Amino acid sequence: MAEFRLPANSRISKGKQHKAAGASRVRNFSVYRFDPDSQEKPRMDSYEVDVDKCGPMVLDALIKIKNETDPTLTFRRSCREGICGSCAMNIDGVNTLACTLAIDEVKGNVKVYPLPHMRVVKDLVPDMTRFYAQYASVQPWLQTRTPAPTGRERLQTKEDQLKIDEPSACILCACCSTSCPSYWWNSDRYLGPAVLLQAYRWLVDTRDEAAGERLDQLEDPFRLYRCHTIMNCTNTCPKGLNPAKAIAETKKLLMERRH
Amino acid sequence: MSRRTSLGAALGLGSAKEGASHWWAERISAVALIPLGLWLLFSMAILVGSNNADFLGAVDWIAVPFNAVMLILFIATVSYHSALGVQVVIEDYVQGSLKVVSLVLQKFAHVAAAAAGIFSVLKIALGS
Repeated sequence: MAEFRLPANSRISKGKQHKAAGASRVRNFSVYRFDPDSQEKPRMDSYEVDVDKCGPMVLDALIKIKNETDPTLTFRRSCREGICGSCAMNIDGVNTLACTLAIDEVKGNVKVYPLPHMRVVKDLVPDMTRFYAQYASVQPWLQTRTPAPTGRERLQTKEDQLKIDEPSACILCACCSTSCPSYWWNSDRYLGPAVLLQAYRWLVDTRDEAAGERLDQLEDPFRLYRCHTIMNCTNTCPKGLNPAKAIAETKKLLMERRH
Repeated sequence: MSRRTSLGAALGLGSAKEGASHWWAERISAVALIPLGLWLLFSMAILVGSNNADFLGAVDWIAVPFNAVMLILFIATVSYHSALGVQVVIEDYVQGSLKVVSLVLQKFAHVAAAAAGIFSVLKIALGS
């Protein structure tokens, strides 16, 4: 059966409090902490941050906490402008990028958790191994039988490019997949919205010649049809993309080839 | 700990190359249930509002050939649609050997319910 009660080491206890001394405008951040090397349960540490001496985004606050208050706080970040997808986490109950969410957009205590239902490596760092393997499994590269034209690129029209513009804008941050209940329950077999959006990106690429094989690989009760149009993916996508629609279009393509 | 590669695990046993038919059947049966359900709803409302709103009135109503055919269509479609839906719920939430057992049992239960419903209508419509 599905697990409704969390395993013992996934239950969270109260953690340390870090005060900000002599600050005028203070925001409180509750941050999930877990160190698998210690024998301790996860805990919620709270940090007061002087927002007058901090950048505007949640990531700025996390960096400030790590630099000035608690160097043991662990999280991924790189580009700080919403293009690398590294700082995806659950903030104020919503999966998003810490670098593109302003502290002002969150009311009250800012609760920060790792992406839901992933194995936690440490603190806010989830294990993305399976997610990346699933991405690799849909062969996300151009596949053709026609040899490449000599002296120029494989051509497509502007309209054809428009079809792949949106799915290509996905940064694989996994906010959508880890917001999907179907992915929570069956991530060992369901590919999840992010990977299905990428599978769709190659299905509708007019230069690709492997659509049939790609659909063969996708048509599976678990890989594709675990999607029940819950729409959490589209709701949460920090890039404003629509994985749910891409999945619906994929299901329509599977119908199109048999009618 | 397994030494299997993550890609090997993701590829698993490969695609079942199945699911599209199930998805389509779920939608088609849902569409069919719109007129069938509306017909049943209106018929029930009319029956309840009439002065035949008792057991014998209902039996007389079922015995009308058109009503009997529509009822059989409704029972068959709703059972089929429900079997498809419950199957998805089990696939979502049940794991291990219990999954296959519950998938078979739910199918049996739906077929049995449909058979009982259709037999009842026929018994009334054809007289016993």
